[in-house]
Amino acid sequence: MSKKLNFLFEFIEAIRESNIRRVFSEPLGLLGFLLILFLVLIALFASSIAPYSPSDIDIANRLAKPSSEHLFGTDNLGRDVFSRLVFGSRIALTVPILTISFGIVLAIFFGLIAGYSSERVGNMFLVMFDIIKSFPALLFAMTIIALTGSNLFVLIIIIGITRFPAYARLIRAQTLRVKGKEYVVAAKAIGASVFKIMYKHILPNVIGPIFIQAAMDIPVVITFVAALSFLGLGVPPPTPSWGTMIKTGYSFIRIAPWMVIYGGIVLIWATLGFTLFGEALRDNLDPRLNRQR
Amino acid sequence: MFKYITRRLIVTLITVLGATIILFIIIQFLPGDPATVILGPRATPEIIEEVRAKMWLDRPVHIQLVRFLYNIVRGDLGTDVLNYMPVSTLVFNALPYTIVLAITSILIASVVGIPLGTYAAAYKNSLPDKITGLLSISMIAIPSFLAGVLFLLFFSVYLDWFPAMGGGKEGDILSQIWHLILPASSLALGWIGYIARIMRASVLEEMTEDYVRTARSKGLTLRKVIFKHVLRGALIPVIAVIGVGFGNLLGGAVITEIIFHRPGLGTLIYNAIQSRNYPIVQGGLIIAVLLYSLVNLLADLSYGFIDPRVRSD
Repeated sequence: MSKKLNFLFEFIEAIRESNIRRVFSEPLGLLGFLLILFLVLIALFASSIAPYSPSDIDIANRLAKPSSEHLFGTDNLGRDVFSRLVFGSRIALTVPILTISFGIVLAIFFGLIAGYSSERVGNMFLVMFDIIKSFPALLFAMTIIALTGSNLFVLIIIIGITRFPAYARLIRAQTLRVKGKEYVVAAKAIGASVFKIMYKHILPNVIGPIFIQAAMDIPVVITFVAALSFLGLGVPPPTPSWGTMIKTGYSFIRIAPWMVIYGGIVLIWATLGFTLFGEALRDNLDPRLNRQR
Repeated sequence: MFKYITRRLIVTLITVLGATIILFIIIQFLPGDPATVILGPRATPEIIEEVRAKMWLDRPVHIQLVRFLYNIVRGDLGTDVLNYMPVSTLVFNALPYTIVLAITSILIASVVGIPLGTYAAAYKNSLPDKITGLLSISMIAIPSFLAGVLFLLFFSVYLDWFPAMGGGKEGDILSQIWHLILPASSLALGWIGYIARIMRASVLEEMTEDYVRTARSKGLTLRKVIFKHVLRGALIPVIAVIGVGFGNLLGGAVITEIIFHRPGLGTLIYNAIQSRNYPIVQGGLIIAVLLYSLVNLLADLSYGFIDPRVRSD
């Protein structure tokens, strides 16, 4: 337990020593951070912010215009659009985080092996990463989900698989860089197992850049999930999700455009926030860019 | 260079083959027997047995796979289960619409993005540069399907400037162009921002070259230096990026087609999914993977041709 805590302290120390402050001193980076923070707060306190339950159906009031009673109007079942958007932020934030975490787990597993094994085996893994990367991800996800039926678990697995090669490539490259370092050789010399070397000695030293890549990927995954939901293949109803709401709004675009407008604004808010913040992170923390600064 | 091309060719081949086999496996795991799907619930067991034999469904799986691959190589993608049309005909009728949409988008994105990026670089750190930067990143952050829906709402529902659906009248070029503008621009939006940023960075890098200083000290105006010298060098990375992006654009085109009810590969596959017409889904996806891999291959090769460092990766 104390070891884990130590790791946590080291992590916090590393963050404090790093250039993270520079991220916030950039106006766009700060703006991105604030947009995300606001969104996270909304997701956390959704039940106190939303005036209605997201699933309360009120047929008498269907497709009602935005008013003081329903700030952003109601949808085709009379549900309050504002409340559904507020609750939708939960799915919008958790699905990408789970997806990317799953992708990182896959990447750590395959990336470490690819980097630590012989060049021939490593190249085979590279080819595998290339193959997965060159699938038209959206079309494949569309088909598989259409066949299995939309459910969150499948969604996370599929998108995670399509995203992991980029991280795995990074981990492999970093592993190649550190595997000849003295501390790895020393660990080998005292007889540490391959597993221990990979996870105890190499992993902590190669994982950093992954987080930057992951931060840059969050808006991509948010968009991906929203696009699938828009096609009716993402987050299954009645869970409030932005993509599904935009789809409903699209069906009623001539008589009730508010669903598309407010749903769109919220979605852009999220992707813009994460894009701005991710880029500020990359510009200030990625050691590979330091040369150019 | 030869080794690089061979490696990329092999990867492309394996990708297409791998994707095809995965597709075959997915279809194997489908709920319901294809023969039953075709014949409907009221078919007698004898008829189902007959159709199964005709479709080779009674043979072992590996034999089915070999036959499946053999048929694809011959250009036979199977038959549509509802209208008995050859899938290849359906796919190749739809394909030009998708390709035209993707090419038009990349053209729009280049025509807007390249001057925007050049301008921003020429007046680096000025107010217009900063506005362009913010605009670019905002355009990148807007998902293309959302851009499609919003464009539809403003330009077609509110302003009624452009038609909302379809691909235009057959044989009427003007009507087809008219129907192309909204989908192509919505698909291009993110790419405008992307190209503008890369162009800006590329021009800035090129401006640090010695020959630019020489030209400037010779008394050439900034405008002349940029147009006569810098642009040529700065365009190379942008062209490479456009090549790589074209594959992704095809993916985005799928949803754009669905939003604007445009004929094309995306609409074909999507509608086939809705009606459980699996041979079309399968055939459409195979062609999509093929197209996607070929475009990526071409882009990678041209990239390797332009930038020798790529080859040694």
